[in-house]
Amino acid sequence: MSLALSIGLLAAAGVFLVLQRGMIRIILGFVLLTHAVNLLIIAAGGVGRRDAPFIGGDTSMAADPLPQAFVLTAIVIAFAITVVLATLAVVGKGDDDTEADSSLELSDPEDSASEKSGDLK
Amino acid sequence: MVELLLPLFVGAPLLLGGLLFVVPRLSPLQPIIAMGSLLAVLGGAVTLLVLTSDGTVLAHQISLWPEGIAIAFVADAFSALILTAAALVAVISFQYMIVSGESRSPSIPALVLVLVGGVAGALLTADLFNLFVFIEVMLLPSYGLLIFLSRRSDMGASRLYVVVNLLASTLFLAGVGLIYAIQGTVNLAALAGAGDDPATAIATAVCLSAIAVKASVFPVHGWLSRTYAAASPAVAALFSGLHTKVAVYVIYRISAVIFEGDSAWMTAILVIASLTLVVGAFAALGEKDMRAILLFQMVSGIGFILIGVALFTPGAVTAGIVYMTHHMIVMGALLLVASAIEHTYGSTRLERVAGLRTREHLVTAAFVIGSLSLVGLPPFSGFVAKYALVLASADADAAIVAGLLIVVSLVVLIAMMKIWAEMFNGKRHPDVEVLAAESRIRTRNGLYDTEAVNQDEVALEAARAIEYIDPPRGIIGVEGDPHEHRGTRVPLPLIYPALILGGMSVALGFGGEFLVSLAEQASAGLIDTGDYVKAVLGR
Repeated sequence: MSLALSIGLLAAAGVFLVLQRGMIRIILGFVLLTHAVNLLIIAAGGVGRRDAPFIGGDTSMAADPLPQAFVLTAIVIAFAITVVLATLAVVGKGDDDTEADSSLELSDPEDSASEKSGDLK
Repeated sequence: MVELLLPLFVGAPLLLGGLLFVVPRLSPLQPIIAMGSLLAVLGGAVTLLVLTSDGTVLAHQISLWPEGIAIAFVADAFSALILTAAALVAVISFQYMIVSGESRSPSIPALVLVLVGGVAGALLTADLFNLFVFIEVMLLPSYGLLIFLSRRSDMGASRLYVVVNLLASTLFLAGVGLIYAIQGTVNLAALAGAGDDPATAIATAVCLSAIAVKASVFPVHGWLSRTYAAASPAVAALFSGLHTKVAVYVIYRISAVIFEGDSAWMTAILVIASLTLVVGAFAALGEKDMRAILLFQMVSGIGFILIGVALFTPGAVTAGIVYMTHHMIVMGALLLVASAIEHTYGSTRLERVAGLRTREHLVTAAFVIGSLSLVGLPPFSGFVAKYALVLASADADAAIVAGLLIVVSLVVLIAMMKIWAEMFNGKRHPDVEVLAAESRIRTRNGLYDTEAVNQDEVALEAARAIEYIDPPRGIIGVEGDPHEHRGTRVPLPLIYPALILGGMSVALGFGGEFLVSLAEQASAGLIDTGDYVKAVLGR
């Protein structure tokens, strides 16, 4: 139950942050969302059995290793993409259209030269 | 024994891509290694196609773990056909990038190789989690390609692209986790027919909705035209053949294997596919830029392809697969035409470039072949694909869909005629030399579109272009002739890649029976997944 609640809370907080303005909030939102999904995968393997597999030779209560491998992979990938996103938050000259005061059009490169505020929060 | 080589489709491009990061940027080894391994992937894919074209399914258990535990790599006629088409588009697009000089930007060949490795992995794997990993392997170099080769200084499109794809990937991962929670496996073959169980069906639907975002299906198609429009045109051509089509391939595979064409779910897909093709076609009408129009045709095309799997009769799936192959090739050709125009004239905005018909004969030829094929006129591949799709819809008692396909084809024709009327017909814009000169100076100095260019330099360059670029060959120009032969022309090497893809479209139009027979074999493997399951699970 606590696992389900944590997943719900993380997902809710993540969605809330992703819907906010500013790249940094969006990035943090995605960090929380990927945590929620990682917990979901751990929960998918079942948390009743959580012993180490090799000690004592009894594997009946050993934890399912597959979700752990999934989560390990997913964490690495999410980390890599978070770095890409963080880079995208600092490059560009004030053209961050996730910010409130931006009046830019993506399809109109002529306009974007005028904005040089560089507000990155 | 051939199946032992399947992981090479992923391993070789990834390894060579890694190697290219340490090869000096301007070394001639860069394009040689990259092109060589892309051609090797293409050759391997053709070999796979030959081997699987009789219905054989090749499967390899990685590390020879027992079936069901190992991650399996599988090649059947469907994956081999799509892999061949994807490799073909990748080879041609990369050839364009070599000619246009884009491949000389830092680490571009390496990124293209990693991208192709990820695509091959996503097409060949039979494990849902592994699929997620390969989709990420495919996306990470795409972020690099999008950002490095963008000529616009604003990163808004890249931010949107990364965020949309991360959200979709996270959702897909959640779906995979849910499937594992219910079924205890994410092996696609072990999940065959599991869609009968409502809980599994909903978990799979989570995966499918995430993949639908990546395939740019209505109502989550909005990101495509905004982000691809900011990419370099050659990159857009590369992505059009690889990214959305891999997503569509996954929708086909999951619908066929897990849902086994369950009619309730397929009706939902049918409605969404119909909306996608209508919305894409009409959205294209409102655009004023050749590339934007083509990008919405891409969205519309996704709808056409998905109609095939949504009807889920042997004929419809065959038609869908034929359409998918045709669409990859033709969209590649058209986007490369747009690339060549944008590279030379600095823009694909309809009002800025005009009168190409009388000056750029090869560009015009490539555009005419591509657009007529897209609309679906004989003798091009589009005719075979659309005819098969309309026929299959009518056979599947979906006369409304058949009618819709024809009406939407007319809308596509209107959009292509808009490009023809404004860009190819009509008088040349008086400033066209100035704009082209400005574009050349920007390319030479590596400037973004928003940065200012010295206007005197531009005027000098434009005047020099009229003097020297392609002087009249024995023809005395008439004073004031709008179609005179001097001035900027699209360099021939830039237009050959589009012509090759256009030629493929013609060849597949005449040899339609060959493509249809391959697609029939592929669709037989999707309708009856017995061989696929047997190859992966060994029982």
